[in-house]
Amino acid sequence: MNGWTGTTLRVDLGRGTITREPTNMKVAHDYIGARGMGVKIISDEVDPHADALGPDNKLIFAPGPLTGTFAPSAGRYNVVTKSPLNGVIAGSNSGGVFGPELKFAGYDALIIEGQAKKPVFLWIKDDVVEIRDASSLWGMTVADTTEALREKTEPDAKVACIGPAGENLSLIASIMNEMHRAAGRTGVGAVMGSKKLKAIAVVGTGAITVADPVAFKAAVMDSRDKIHANPVGGAGLKAYGTDVLVNILNQSGALPVNNYQDAYSPVADKIGGESLAANQLVRPKGCFACVISCGRATKVTNPLYAGVGEGPEYESAWAFGVDSGIDNLDAIIKANYLCNEYGLDTISMGATIACAMELYELGLLTKKDTDGLDLSFGNVASMVEMVRKTGVGEGFGKRLAAGSYRLAESVGRADLSMTVKKQEMPAYDPRGVQGIGLNYATNNRGGCHVRGYTIAVEVLGQGAPTDPHATEGKAALGVAFQDLTSALDSTGSCLFATFGIGGAELASMLSALTGVEYSVDDFMKAGARVFNLERLWNLKVGYTAADDTLPPRILTEPIKTGPSKGEVNHLEEMLPEYYSLRGWDENGVPTPAKLAELSL
Amino acid sequence: MSKMLMIYPNKCTGCHNCELACSFEHEGSFRPGATRVHTFTWEREGFSVPLMCQQCDDAACVNVCPTGAMHQGPAGSNLVEFSQDLCIGCKLCVIACPFGSVRYDSVAKSIAKCDTCGGAPQCVAMCPSGALEFVEDAEQTRSRKQVIADKFKTIFEDVN
Repeated sequence: MNGWTGTTLRVDLGRGTITREPTNMKVAHDYIGARGMGVKIISDEVDPHADALGPDNKLIFAPGPLTGTFAPSAGRYNVVTKSPLNGVIAGSNSGGVFGPELKFAGYDALIIEGQAKKPVFLWIKDDVVEIRDASSLWGMTVADTTEALREKTEPDAKVACIGPAGENLSLIASIMNEMHRAAGRTGVGAVMGSKKLKAIAVVGTGAITVADPVAFKAAVMDSRDKIHANPVGGAGLKAYGTDVLVNILNQSGALPVNNYQDAYSPVADKIGGESLAANQLVRPKGCFACVISCGRATKVTNPLYAGVGEGPEYESAWAFGVDSGIDNLDAIIKANYLCNEYGLDTISMGATIACAMELYELGLLTKKDTDGLDLSFGNVASMVEMVRKTGVGEGFGKRLAAGSYRLAESVGRADLSMTVKKQEMPAYDPRGVQGIGLNYATNNRGGCHVRGYTIAVEVLGQGAPTDPHATEGKAALGVAFQDLTSALDSTGSCLFATFGIGGAELASMLSALTGVEYSVDDFMKAGARVFNLERLWNLKVGYTAADDTLPPRILTEPIKTGPSKGEVNHLEEMLPEYYSLRGWDENGVPTPAKLAELSL
Repeated sequence: MSKMLMIYPNKCTGCHNCELACSFEHEGSFRPGATRVHTFTWEREGFSVPLMCQQCDDAACVNVCPTGAMHQGPAGSNLVEFSQDLCIGCKLCVIACPFGSVRYDSVAKSIAKCDTCGGAPQCVAMCPSGALEFVEDAEQTRSRKQVIADKFKTIFEDVN
């Protein structure tokens, strides 16, 4: 067994049972691992109609075959579960060092089932697996939980945990590891909270073996060289982090402002990566096996928002920043720190605040609703306070904790929630960049940029040049990125490795590592298999082609100022071609021929 | 000309590529216990530092070794060398090293200590951030001095 460990760990918190089973190697070969393996297990074992926060939902933590090796920037794990936010087969992945440690402990996947009656944590040291009492940890922030667990277990334990937001079943709660790294999206933290599982602490000492060490090293060095040579992967992300995108997207006229009321900000520069590097950056940070180092160790000295920690990413700076009418980077970083402490998705949190601000300005929310807070766009103090309230589940924060869709729907204006399938769209306006709109509309977890990052081509100049305002070719681009990312996520790699390498390099590393020969076609087909299986599951949940859409604002309200002035998204020009390229019928259902081709 | 390993914690991103490279070079696999370099990270502050054998001239591990398995390298090499065939596994070197950089690996049943990969340390080769350097004696602090020299230059240019 090379690359994979061959063992899957199953923990039933309701019954208190712990079992080890051989990893299904047919599934491993066909679905690679991580996201793919998690999706296959959920698809096989969880009823699509199960209550996401009930005992029948399962929560899977899965590193990929490349995780734990020195394949560049491939140290990630995926969380896969049914989302409590929108009911889809969801997931989120995270870097740090937790995923590799789970792998060194000997596991391709950890399946959490049932619900504990009292708060517990899981302690894993190789073959030793214990469900232990976590009563004293319940209510603790992420960093405090992490340190307390190291005292209870071992100083070098790697910890994934939830904060108070996950405990309170916030539908935008994240799972955090190494204090600052997040499996942020789709409300996975609430599923962990519903199982009363505060944390998982792992120490692993086992080996990940390599089928062909000479070929693997050669493939790894080739990939490293290509990432180093790429202007984004090799230099840009290390110098300025992902926040470098603020100015780039603004100059493209695709930086959403004030809950997507516009897509250009004259003050964007104040919250961009260049400003961050000049003022708050301490040093770049890297996740396990990373060669890119986009992470930001930061420090804020402004006494109003003082602190140390990591971040923000571009999408976080945008959500707490210009999307909420705010240009105070110190306050944005503070909001980001609070999300990491309480375990909240920064994108959904910030975008929900932006939505609340618009509802407030329209008079649909008043100070009676907001615990007296003035929610006008640009109110910095209110923005930070709303994050705190949401994190601890206090007052108006309880409404924010359910995300913008439910908040806007509760006042009769669901159309003002900038969501797709109830999940907040991130920081790329689909009116200014057409292809990303198609990806949002068709993404299996709802509003999401990373699982079909057409921005790389449309805005960042990777691959063949294309006009971001054009719709031609965007369906093919969307399919290609979604399938590539499905496969890439399944290896344990980071999306940012694609700033330098693609399917060919990933397939080559995977083949040398595992000894299972993957051609580029095999690799991309595995990605398509994962994506289509997710689609099939979502159709069973009840989603239809009518849900493959964007908020009405994006389709009908033109951008008011900036380089994309006058633009709307032309989803209707791209979607039929997308269905056709996918091998789906006009109702968005995969055809029998497509399913046969993918062995589904 | 002999060389030494220099560590620049301020450049370390905490990525563990050094550990992976070390394990892979010595064992062809990725196993935490096989690595001779270890990175410590303070997560709250985002600070990391890699640590490995300092190749001491007056080495405690050499001084306590009863068989000569741990010994100084040839004159001018600046290395502490280890000969597996002379080792009886008494682990006195592990106990003696004040830096914790000599370990006993119970899986390989062997002492694990940096051997600079025979003069081409893979931790240095795979470090993506320049936090590790393997440099000639005469050059060992050059890059650190360069940083200070650059600051001097800026200050004096400002003054003039």
